Amino acid sequence: MSDAIITVENLSKKYLVGHQSGNQSRSNYTALRDVIGRQIRNVARKTVDVVRGRQVVQGDEVEEFWALKDVSFEVKQGEVLGIIGRNGAGKSTLLKILSRITEPTRGRVTLRGRVASLLEVGTGFHPELTGRENIFLNGAILGMSRAEIRHKFDEIVAFADVERFLDTPVKRFSSGMYVRLAFAVAAHLEPEILVVDEVLAVGDTEFQRKCLGKMEEVSRNEGRTVLFVSHNLSAVAEMADRALLFDAGSVSMDGSVPEVVSLYLSKGRIEAQYVRVDGVDSLLPHVVRVEILTSEGNGVHRFGQPLELKFWIQHRQPMIHGCFCFQIVNQFQAPVIHSSYFHGDTFGHRPGSSVLVCRFPALLLNVGRFHLRTWLQEPPGGEIYETLDQICVFEVVRVDQTQFWGWRPEVCAYHDQHAWIAAEVTSYTNLAACRT
Amino acid sequence: MEDVIVIEPGRHERNYWSDLWRYRELFRVLAWRDLAVRYKQTVIGVAWAVIRPLLTVVVFTVIFGRIAKLPSDGDAPYPLMVFAGMLPWTFFATGLSEASNSLVNNANLISKVYFPRLIVPTATVIVAFVDFLITFAMLALLMAWYRFLPSWRMLVLPGFVVLAFVTSMGPALWITALNVKYRDFRYVIPFIAQFGLYVSPVGFSSIVVPEEWRLLYSMNPMVGVIDGFRWCILGGQAQLYPPGFAASVLVAGFFLWFGIHRFRSTEKSFADLI
Repeated sequence: MSDAIITVENLSKKYLVGHQSGNQSRSNYTALRDVIGRQIRNVARKTVDVVRGRQVVQGDEVEEFWALKDVSFEVKQGEVLGIIGRNGAGKSTLLKILSRITEPTRGRVTLRGRVASLLEVGTGFHPELTGRENIFLNGAILGMSRAEIRHKFDEIVAFADVERFLDTPVKRFSSGMYVRLAFAVAAHLEPEILVVDEVLAVGDTEFQRKCLGKMEEVSRNEGRTVLFVSHNLSAVAEMADRALLFDAGSVSMDGSVPEVVSLYLSKGRIEAQYVRVDGVDSLLPHVVRVEILTSEGNGVHRFGQPLELKFWIQHRQPMIHGCFCFQIVNQFQAPVIHSSYFHGDTFGHRPGSSVLVCRFPALLLNVGRFHLRTWLQEPPGGEIYETLDQICVFEVVRVDQTQFWGWRPEVCAYHDQHAWIAAEVTSYTNLAACRT
Repeated sequence: MEDVIVIEPGRHERNYWSDLWRYRELFRVLAWRDLAVRYKQTVIGVAWAVIRPLLTVVVFTVIFGRIAKLPSDGDAPYPLMVFAGMLPWTFFATGLSEASNSLVNNANLISKVYFPRLIVPTATVIVAFVDFLITFAMLALLMAWYRFLPSWRMLVLPGFVVLAFVTSMGPALWITALNVKYRDFRYVIPFIAQFGLYVSPVGFSSIVVPEEWRLLYSMNPMVGVIDGFRWCILGGQAQLYPPGFAASVLVAGFFLWFGIHRFRSTEKSFADLI
């Protein structure tokens, strides 16, 4: 309690939302009487609002919407807190309140340090000004003094890699350059508390890696308190000491990262699936439906868990020696798993449908996004009935913190089961001769 | 040094004014941004800052001096009198119109970054002040042309400049705060600027106003400012009406206090309404 640098108590935030009542027509036509009545009521309501000094909300009905409900938590100095949750859960609203941009409706926040927040990259960038001028502008807006910016100018330009275009107006920059420059300025802030909102999601892979690296450097090496919102669960697993799960305006869980991430992932509903929509009545053999049953649902699979794939195949015309193959392809378009089902006698010999199920007792693929490619054909060399590609996208995540760095898709293709043994070698002669 | 900040609904920042000092660089940066952007990709560039006031002086002198034949202050040349009145008026009108829309124009900053919001309208008035300085340089040229020597009263001019600043800041803060919530005010400003131009003694001297109406007329704070400017620039040729001047100063001061008060009380909700 005493070394908490941020204390949030019963924070709530309410917004007013207007609704048009004419659109959901309860009757087939709107009478003129209703229209006039509604307009008069609107004008009366708006006049009362203006007189009372309240906000004027467009629409016929006004509803109260609580973006945050009784949120309470604490952050200690030097801690890195990750905030995850579905879109619209209230994460950005919380960050806005912590950054003093908007006021809470109820509750209070106590901050024992200066906050710098990064809610958007390129805040204040003016398209007419050059890259150099925008660095000074953006830096000043984020709270850096002119001397500080000048001191770090070369570092910022090197990080953003835009040296050549420093004196061109920013409106001529490509979107990638724009984002790199914007993040480069923000990355060199040195606050006591850093609040970051999903800004790490922009840019290409290399840039994202740079950003994450810089964020990590800020938190680990310099001991700053960091609060960040991210949908990139691997980034959260990698950098955060603790996580909060937001759901519809309240904190549904506050605990260690693996626990919180598991709870978040388990809230899925839809299975990753493919359903054929046209040509369903074709006589040729074809795949009607593909379903992947991932461990967490919603197209997310936890590393090492069993995975099941189901294929529904219709063959009004029977196949001679039916063969079904599929590949699991990673985000770099490289197939990492290939498997075929070929049982010459039984598959697809009679007119009708078949269901094929493929089961992996433990999926050892590295983290990343994967999709399926399938082939329904006669054995290689024969007729190919149907091929499908880019279907059933699913994601593999790894949330155990067995290492102190996170896994990234480009590091390797899969993690096979293996064991390490270390032995000490007692003398140099033994070492030279490679004797253990 | 530990600064503890408590965020609560309805709580007025105790360290608002020290925050303003801490963010003082932002005044300069925002004003510089507006100035730098103005003449980007133009050919004539800064010359536009000079052409506009020049043309206004010519038009006014022709209309009010030659055609309407209104009298000048003492023996001072009519164009000089008009210019001396137009100088503070342009500062006021530009300051007021720009500042009134400043918050809405900077909506992207208001909704994403924290800084004391008072900086935004003030920076726009600073930009208007830079224009004022350029026009003042033109006044010096005009005085040289008419061989009109300035008197010791010119030294008091900075005081009147501050008064003009105060007069434009007060209503500007009030209107810009209102404009965030009710966008109707965007349309009111050009009207005030136009109306005020004819009502204030810009194109004519305030000696045309009958004695009994003089005090009421001075309720318009710009009357005091313009009379003051004329008194300074035209030396002994222009008279200052003390009760009227005092009235103008009081009204300006009241508006400043009122503007800041209204601005501060609605500041917290800007990000939600903008």
